[in-house]
Amino acid sequence: MSAARLLGAVGLVVLALVPLLPLGPAQEYIWHVIIQIFLWSFVGNAWSLMGRFGLVSLGHGAFLGVGAYAMVLLWNFFGMTPWLGTPLAVLLTVAFALVVAYPCSRFQVVGHYFGLVTLAVGEVIRLLIVAERDWTGGSLGVSLKAGGTASDWRTLQFADKRVFYYVGLAAWLFGLWVWWRVDRSMARSAMEAIGEDETAAASVGIRVARFKMAITALSAALTALGGALLALYLAYANPDTMAGIGVSLRIVFAVVLGGMYSLLGPFVGTALTIALSEYLRIYFGIKLIGIAETIYGLLLIVFIIFLPAGIYGSIAQAVRRRLSRPSGGLPVRA
Amino acid sequence: MLDPIFILEAVVNGILLGGVLALLALGLNLIFGVIDIVWIAYVDLVTLCMYGVYFLVSLYGWPLWLAGLAGIGIGALLGVLVHLLIITPILSSPPVNQLLATGGLLFFIQSVATLLWSTDHRSVRVSLPTLEVGGIFISFTRLLAFVLAILAMIALYLFLTRTYTGTAIRAVSQDREAITLMGARPQRLYLVTSAVGGAMAGVAGALLIIQYAVHPYFGSAFGPLTFMICVLGGLGNMVGTFAAAFIMAQVISVGGVLVSTEMGYVIAFVIFIVLMFVRPGGIFARRA
Amino acid sequence: MLELQQVTAGYGAFTALWDVSLRVAQGEAVAVVGPNGAGKTTLLRAISGLIAPRAGRIALEGAELAGRPAYEIVAHGIAHVPEGRRLFPRLTVGENLKMGAFLPRARAHFRESLDRVYELFPVLAERQAQRAGSLSGGEQQMLAVGRALMSRPKLILLDEPSMGLAPVMVLRLFGLISRVREVGVTILIVEQNVRQVLKLVDRAYLLEVGRIKIEGRAADLAEQDFIRQAYVGL
Repeated sequence: MSAARLLGAVGLVVLALVPLLPLGPAQEYIWHVIIQIFLWSFVGNAWSLMGRFGLVSLGHGAFLGVGAYAMVLLWNFFGMTPWLGTPLAVLLTVAFALVVAYPCSRFQVVGHYFGLVTLAVGEVIRLLIVAERDWTGGSLGVSLKAGGTASDWRTLQFADKRVFYYVGLAAWLFGLWVWWRVDRSMARSAMEAIGEDETAAASVGIRVARFKMAITALSAALTALGGALLALYLAYANPDTMAGIGVSLRIVFAVVLGGMYSLLGPFVGTALTIALSEYLRIYFGIKLIGIAETIYGLLLIVFIIFLPAGIYGSIAQAVRRRLSRPSGGLPVRA
Repeated sequence: MLDPIFILEAVVNGILLGGVLALLALGLNLIFGVIDIVWIAYVDLVTLCMYGVYFLVSLYGWPLWLAGLAGIGIGALLGVLVHLLIITPILSSPPVNQLLATGGLLFFIQSVATLLWSTDHRSVRVSLPTLEVGGIFISFTRLLAFVLAILAMIALYLFLTRTYTGTAIRAVSQDREAITLMGARPQRLYLVTSAVGGAMAGVAGALLIIQYAVHPYFGSAFGPLTFMICVLGGLGNMVGTFAAAFIMAQVISVGGVLVSTEMGYVIAFVIFIVLMFVRPGGIFARRA
Repeated sequence: MLELQQVTAGYGAFTALWDVSLRVAQGEAVAVVGPNGAGKTTLLRAISGLIAPRAGRIALEGAELAGRPAYEIVAHGIAHVPEGRRLFPRLTVGENLKMGAFLPRARAHFRESLDRVYELFPVLAERQAQRAGSLSGGEQQMLAVGRALMSRPKLILLDEPSMGLAPVMVLRLFGLISRVREVGVTILIVEQNVRQVLKLVDRAYLLEVGRIKIEGRAADLAEQDFIRQAYVGL
């Protein structure tokens, strides 16, 4: 345990120091990539809070989109600073999530049903964004209105990318903390029981609907926060990059690749997918649009069939198995 | 406010749309009802069939009816491939994995299509007249597609009720173990089901390419709608799905005329959520 | 005709049958009785191929069947009427019977088999177009047996056919089963209703906690002690 802790601490220190190291002319680009990794892993961890308990949402783009757009529009049209706009956007998203989650939770909409419903939800949000083009700019997206100066505390715009680097790092760590807390809580055991057999769980007194809705609300809140942060960082939101099936599946893919059931799985998966994406973009330029996603799709299928615990998850399992000699060990999550 | 004639026209168009949507939803539901797995990528298979028909007609100059038949064949082949390569390995995996696998396929198909054929919209030019009936304008193309869709569904019904294999497919969806005691192999029946489901996707593709333009993300346009219809009608419930398709089509068509096209979908979705509250098993909830 | 030698079988970590050996000769009717949980259903499932035995031999007229999948075993001539009937509830009576004759060699004699089944169970002919799920308990049992007959089996396995039926129905059913026997089908029947079944069969085995405890001719066994043991397991 302390070996892992040490490793973790070292890793954290390294990450915290990156912006202070001289990385040459491409350093802004490197920070940019890492910021993206932080923010998207944060979203991935949020998704996995639901995914690991069998609530596989294929429409998390909805939460991302509502969070991002609500915050942007509140600033653009009402002048509400994102310091207030973001919490409001998060609340709005949670309310929306609860509306959708209520019938699902109370009436045992699980598995395939649930996946389909979330898919529909994700796409409809995207359609709504496109439909309301007078407000949202439709498919062209919307930019965060400039505050006047390059650095603006009101809108969290900073000339120096490094500030956002630490914002991203903080958000990511916060997400890990939440995940870790849920992992250690009663809620986790309850959710696992629910995941295995809802009726049995209910008969033991577990308030199934409440737990499911709570987890959904938490996941939605964090995702919305991630969406708002992304919109703030990029100063731009677009229905295709922030809502809809595409982004929803990308989130899912990254988490599955890294490992749905582990703390750092989403981080590993996101880092790999973003790194791959950037590499392909540099290497192929705009010659082969869609090559990254093609590889993702293929890998997702391959991983689900052969390595459902993901890269990090499988390694973690193997290491754990090595370390704990057979003593009638606890069943390891596959 | 709005001339009632437009609403009537929307209703008629809604019926015509409903026919094709029903075809889509039934194909998906057939596979789910029998194999118990949802092909998230189903409408993307339809997209591939649309591309197939498009290229056969525009690149190789095939007559439309022949390309359409080939499209059905392509669909059946795709159905078999998906079942063998992706579904069979994960038949006993938890639903999570099954959803993700077919989700990955969706991703894959959409991006390969972008890679190969770019995001250009392509359509097959069909010069068929527009009929006028009592002041309403009906596209003959749409009418033809509707009729053919109905015929396809009748063919499916006959297959499932009159043939040995069809009855066996219904049987395996009701009791997988018992059918083995009669000498049937569930795996083979699943394969046939996948082929039939794929063929229906092919029919849908042929009927859609003459009405809409195809592009890599076509599946995202029609997919969620198809899923909503299946959930509303009840996953595994063919009759319910058929009815739900027409209901949703009406909402979209009339809503589209009254407000805007996108809002038509949004309204349909809101109704979907409301109905989920009221009748969560689907409007015609029957399946346990 | 059917021979089991030291068959051991179970589910996962749990073993339901230990070293079970039994024989059924052609044309015989044999019963396996025993208290709940004795392993009777497991025994039939092992024979018909729904589960694979962990050890032992199962042979039908010399052909080795242990471990073969169910659809192959049916082709060898064993038909299994499972516990709880397991009809296809939303298919009609006629369609259920059609499914029974799924095998190619059964399909070749479909009409013949169908006529025979309707002759044995006229009520099924009346209710041909009715959904199987809407039949009464007794009718469902008849349909289940009829469906098994459609595959033209040499041996029929019956798992607790009297379960859930009124006593009058049970008498009728057993009467019909002896008629099935008359057309030349060998019968292996698992039952809780010991008294009635002993009147039907030639020989019987007592299965208790997965092992054969007693074997004998039905007439010899039809006395108090045996029957008490079979019900209560004392």
